[in-house]
This record gives sequence, structure tokens and C-alpha cells, in this order.
Amino acid sequence: MQHVPDITVPAIDIEKIRKDFPLLQEKVYGIPLVYLDNAATTQKPQIVLDTLMHYYIHLNSNVHRGVHHLSQEATAAYENSRKTVASFLNARKPEEIIFTKGTTDGINLVAYSFGRGEIKPGDVVLVSAMEHHSNIVPWQMMCEDRGAELKVIPMDENGELIMSEFSALLTDKVKIIAVTYVSNSLGTVNPVRDIITQAHARNIPVLLDAAQAVQHMPVDVQELDVDFLVFSGHKIYGPTGTGVLYGKEEWLDRLPPYQGGGDMIKTVTFAKTIYNVLPYKFEAGTPDISGAIALEAAIKYVQQIGVENIQAWEEQLVEYAVQQLQQIDGLRFIGNARHRSGAISFLVHDIHPYDLGELLDKQGIAIRTGHHCAEPVMGFFCIPGTVRASFAMYTTFEDIDRLVAGIKKAAAMLT
Amino acid sequence: MTIKEKQDELISDFSFMENWMDKYEHIIQLGKELPLIDEKYKTPDHLIKGCQSQVWLHTDMQDGKLIFTADSDAVITKGLVSLMITVFSGHTPKEIAASEIYFIDAIGLSSHLSPTRSNGLLSMLKQVKLYAVAYEAKSQSQKNGKEL
Repeated sequence: MQHVPDITVPAIDIEKIRKDFPLLQEKVYGIPLVYLDNAATTQKPQIVLDTLMHYYIHLNSNVHRGVHHLSQEATAAYENSRKTVASFLNARKPEEIIFTKGTTDGINLVAYSFGRGEIKPGDVVLVSAMEHHSNIVPWQMMCEDRGAELKVIPMDENGELIMSEFSALLTDKVKIIAVTYVSNSLGTVNPVRDIITQAHARNIPVLLDAAQAVQHMPVDVQELDVDFLVFSGHKIYGPTGTGVLYGKEEWLDRLPPYQGGGDMIKTVTFAKTIYNVLPYKFEAGTPDISGAIALEAAIKYVQQIGVENIQAWEEQLVEYAVQQLQQIDGLRFIGNARHRSGAISFLVHDIHPYDLGELLDKQGIAIRTGHHCAEPVMGFFCIPGTVRASFAMYTTFEDIDRLVAGIKKAAAMLT
Repeated sequence: MTIKEKQDELISDFSFMENWMDKYEHIIQLGKELPLIDEKYKTPDHLIKGCQSQVWLHTDMQDGKLIFTADSDAVITKGLVSLMITVFSGHTPKEIAASEIYFIDAIGLSSHLSPTRSNGLLSMLKQVKLYAVAYEAKSQSQKNGKEL
């Protein structure tokens, strides 16, 4: 099929990349799969699967305690992963990288520890109107517990944060700001540098939910000067159940531990426990060793292709998708941010997203329907949910063409 | 027709449809034709909440038989709800409580009854059975009451 002519040749070989992902070779209902639910989770390259297998066949052992060979090997591999993640985010030290179960786990950790250490009754926590439930509920729970108040940075009809309102919300009562870098439901890329600069002018720390960012664009925690940043392994081609919390050393040192248990302690008596140093202070219990090592494989895979190259490719995909989708009769975008990444949300006529999703599924096209765990966003737009197509480095223009054709076919049946 | 006969008839209807499109076109058509629930019953009390699509269900008793009316905000769900109503309406609570529902599976739509689908259909099926059991229990206790 002939596409729009102004597409530049990508610096990456998409066909070669696609061959690295076994699941992309699968068929559903006998049709080649079009996978456009990457904001929910990405597929895994062979190297990630091989690394998981290799760990259990050759390395499996508990970390940080055994004197024997295997334990030392496993520990080295686990700690190497921490170094790779640190360099991927440009953290100052590997000790600033805490392995978690995922973004949700990372936010819960910070909300709990920050709440216990820093929040007094009457204090304020700021989140934005476009947060995923994971970046609302942990703060809500903490605020309830500490007698603090959760306030919301509003957004406009385009799905962009209203920055003047943000500035007005910055009072001395605000103790932490937690915002998403990229909205999972709207694809909006938020002006996080501006948010961080304004917050720091008042000595307020900022947590960035980068679950929809790190796989799509270069993220440099020193350049951003962000205090906490979290992401999930499984959204960046790694295994499920893995995740990362980056925290500035001074903050992580200052906050009390989250969970108690093995590995996070230095000495234990019934009278008193002395906590371990960073990063172990925040990693209670045997960690997901195989997961962390396979996450390293995923990140190295991304680095090898180049995040900048992925970003350039995906920007073309998003632009092409917007162009093609807006030609569909009755289609309207939910969220029209000037700067967006990774995902596009829309509705067609008054078709229920569930109906559209069902008929796309039957055509072998995997998209997401519903509220995308962002009910307040759907409430803002007064809709039950959206249809969301989300992209990855292996998405092709043909995938988008099939999506567009699939929507047209489904819409014809449903209207 | 018994509940079993109705299901067998539906299975036979669907067996003539070869591909998913024909099946869905039929279901969508049924959805569009579904007798709407009286607006006054479209209240939270009658709502069977799914994560994605929702179903409103109302039950009436006429001459010892249950009559169901329903609506959904999604057309495909509505079509499936319509099939359910066709099968269940006009039967006694006892028949409904004792019935076994196999047609959804047989026409190749079993995924709609999986708990992960969150389309309200599985909850609707449970709700219909619950109503039936409740009516049955009520009529039993009334009967027992008279006998005493």
C-alpha cells in the first residue's frame, strides 16, 4: 500500500526488529495479529525470554547472602542490572535505583514512606487530573492516614494541564507533587520540566510516573532534576512483575523504609533493628532476581536500537495514525494535546467503545477499550471510556492501515 | 418451548452462520430490536455494573412466570442480553433456577461469559438465577404459610 510520501526512512530496521518478537509472529482467529495495546504491556524480544531461561538454567540462586559460587554469580547479575538501569536513566549512582514490582509498587513505596516521614495534618499533596489510578489511590490512602489533603492540577478540553492553575496551587502547604510524564489514557506529554522548576523554587519534591515515557523518549533524571521517578519493566519490553523506582540519594536516605524483612536490615534484635543502606533498605525480601536480570536485557535491547531512534519512528507513527484516523467519518479524538506520545484515544459516532473493541478483536486487532484505569479522566470528558491504540517500536504503518480499515468495517456494522 | 428447546433452537439458528461477521451482525440486529426496559426501571437498583458495558434488568411476575426486560449501553452486550431474555422469559422461577445455560458456549461466544470480560453478561446470568431462586423461595414460603 502506498503511504504518505513524507515519511523519512527510519534509522531502525523494523522488519528485523519484528522478527525478534516471537509473539508478533502469532495469528489470532487465523489472522496475523495487529498489536496496538502497547500502553497496557509490550511484547518481549527473544533476548528477554532467553535471559529468563538462562537465569533458571545456569544462575538460579539467592542474592546478597550466599558465599557459594552461584549466589555470587546471581548477585553480580542482579547488581549489574541495577547499574544498567542507572545508566539508562543517567542516575548519579546505582544506589539510587530501587527494584520494585512495577510502577504501582514504586508509587506506593514513595507515598507510604514519604507520608510517614514528611507529611503532617493539613499538608497538601498535588496530583494531576489525568493520572492513572495508581498515581491517585496511594496518595489518597496516605492523605487519609496522615490527615493531609489531595489537590488536583486541572486540565483543559485538549487534555493538557492548565499550568496557570498549577502555579496557583503551589502553596507552602504542598509537600510533594506526583504527576505523570505521559498520560496513559490521552497520550499527553506533560511539561514536566516546567513543573519541576516551579516546584523546586518552593523546595517541593516531584515524583514522575514515567510508565508511559521511558519506552518512548530519552529520560535523564539529572537533566530533569526529578526527585523520584517510577516505571514498569513490562511496558518497556521486559518481564511483568518488575519495575524501577529512581530516587535522589538524599531523599531515599531521608525516608523511612517501606516494607520490613530480609535484605533490608543490617542487624536485628528484638529491641531494635538497624536498617541496611541504599538500595537494600527499600528491597525487603528476596527480590525478583530473574525479572531484574531480564529487565536489563530489555533495556540493553532498547539501548542497542536507540531510544532516540525509537522516538523518531514512533512520532511518525503517531502523526500518521492521527492523519488517517481523522478521516474516518464520525471519529473524534479524546485528548488533542500538541505534544503527545505513544497512545491515541478516540470514539466513533456514539458507538460504545466496548462494541468497537469487540469487532476489532474479531479482525485480529488488539486495542484497549474502557476507562484505562483513569476514571476521573473519563468523568471529565463525560464518556464511559475510549478506544485506545498505543504504539511500540515494532508498530508499522500497515498496522495502522489495518486499524483504520477495521474501524470502518466495525462502524458500518454498528451504525 | 422449554428453556432447553429454546437454547437448541438458538444454536441451530447460529449454526447456519459461517463466520464471525454474520454472527455479530445477527447479535447487533437483536440488540437493536431488544424491547427496551421501561425508563422508570433504568435506575441504579436495576443496574448490573460491568467494568465496561452496563446492563439494566427488570423482572416482572405474570401468571407465575417471570418476564424480563433489559437494556445495555453497548449494542453487542444488548444483543446477548436479548438472547438471554428470549431463553428465560416466560418460565417459572423453578424452571429458571434449575436450568443449565449452554447456548452461549455452543454458539462460540463463551468468552463473553468469562469473568474477565466485565461486560455485565455473566453478572446478568447470575442475577436472573438469583431472582428466580428468590421468587421460588417466596412462593414456597407463601405456600407453606397457607398450609399451616
